[in-house]
Amino acid sequence: MNEARDSVFVVKDLQKTYNGGKIVALDHVDLTIDKGEVVVIIGPSGSGKSTLLRSLNLMEFPTGGQIFFDGEQVLDRHVDVNRYRQKVGMVFQHFNLFNQLTVLKNMTLAPQKVLKKSKEEAEARAMQLLERVGLADRAGAYPAQLSGGQKQRVAIVRALCMDPEVMLFDEPTSALDPEMVGEVLDVMKELAGTGMTMVVVTHEMGFAREVGDRVVFMADGQILEQGTPREVFEHPKNERLSQFLAKIL
Amino acid sequence: MLYDSLIDKFKDDFIEKDRWKWVLEGLRNTLLISMAAVLIGIVIGILIATVRTTYDKNGPSIRMKSPVAFFFLRVGNFLAHLYLTVIRGTPVVVQLLIMYFLVFASASDGVMVAIFAFGINSGAYVAEIFRSGIMSVDEGQFEAGRAMGLSYLQTMIYIIIPQCFKTVLPTLCNEFIVLLKETSIAGYVGIMDLTKAGDLIRGRTFDAFLPLIVVALLYLIMVVVLTKLVGRLERRLRKNERGA
Repeated sequence: MNEARDSVFVVKDLQKTYNGGKIVALDHVDLTIDKGEVVVIIGPSGSGKSTLLRSLNLMEFPTGGQIFFDGEQVLDRHVDVNRYRQKVGMVFQHFNLFNQLTVLKNMTLAPQKVLKKSKEEAEARAMQLLERVGLADRAGAYPAQLSGGQKQRVAIVRALCMDPEVMLFDEPTSALDPEMVGEVLDVMKELAGTGMTMVVVTHEMGFAREVGDRVVFMADGQILEQGTPREVFEHPKNERLSQFLAKIL
Repeated sequence: MLYDSLIDKFKDDFIEKDRWKWVLEGLRNTLLISMAAVLIGIVIGILIATVRTTYDKNGPSIRMKSPVAFFFLRVGNFLAHLYLTVIRGTPVVVQLLIMYFLVFASASDGVMVAIFAFGINSGAYVAEIFRSGIMSVDEGQFEAGRAMGLSYLQTMIYIIIPQCFKTVLPTLCNEFIVLLKETSIAGYVGIMDLTKAGDLIRGRTFDAFLPLIVVALLYLIMVVVLTKLVGRLERRLRKNERGA
């Protein structure tokens, strides 16, 4: 089945329920994400935005609907999940760096084991990326020796080591001390500038406004409104969205 | 006087007829059985713990994706339960006797039988130790591994098990100490282990004191050395947890 060429993700009628349908996390969601687009998902907690994001790389397995990636159905049982995930990088709220490995090993593990790169090749690429985020001197450090902001920057470049086509961010700054939020957002801005397709769940409205091409508002497992940051923030049509914005802005 | 008679007894117990060689052979067998059994125990333990935690944590999602894989997982989980129940529910002496007289009745090498008996026994306890270790590793570590395209097994091997190993090391060390001393029942099936060697000497010289004290001291030294070694390993593994 072929979707429009430049769509990276096409999500159709996606559903996710727990406890045999009693709890609905995603309620018939449709969403298209184009190549090079930065899509920011906002909404109150429990709105399903994280579930939607985590469905995109199959960390959650949806209970209904379809997801197409580059035109290919990924919810098929025969899809090689591990191969698919190489193309979809993910950054977590709590960084999830591998505690027992150095920064460099964190970054070279998957490229070596999954992409079968040589140690030298993987390390060269990792160092190049660390350089880009100003952390080359921390290559030999363990995660416990890094600040929160440094951890998240490492987590971002760790995901980039797999040369993904899309990057997913699950509240990447929510666990950070306020003074460290900026350094992480700067890395994300730079990444957006390189044309990376990004899907970002965040509460950073400044980032959404400045970097987002599109803002998607979710509540109760549904997408209630979406549009450019200007449309969404300045001329919200949906009642829930207006209430939400009034609370946080 | 007392001193002189002790020297005489020592000569009689250990020097006469090269009886120290019995002690040496016993020591060798005790170490051999313990070390080999520990390795078997760890392999079995990790396998069983992996099956059990996979079933508990990922059972529902595996069921959704592949009913066939879930069926095998369920069978594996059942077998793991059965193994744990039987091994932990019966005395290790009885297990050793069953191994020696029933399962490997035709085997001539008692040491090999003991290695299997103690290894299989230890595996049950190590499995539960590793299970608690795996459960204690943050779920995010697992998710990060899978999100980068590592398979379930790769994530277990490269990320989860190394971290859980660090957590369970003290408990694991305890299990090894227990195992080392438990092998003292190997004499039940005629294996010349350290305890049996002391016992044989007592039977020949009718002196109970020195053989038993020497045997006890040798066990004590082995346990102390083992504890020291594990302590050193523990400190080395903890290094990367310290902040800058």
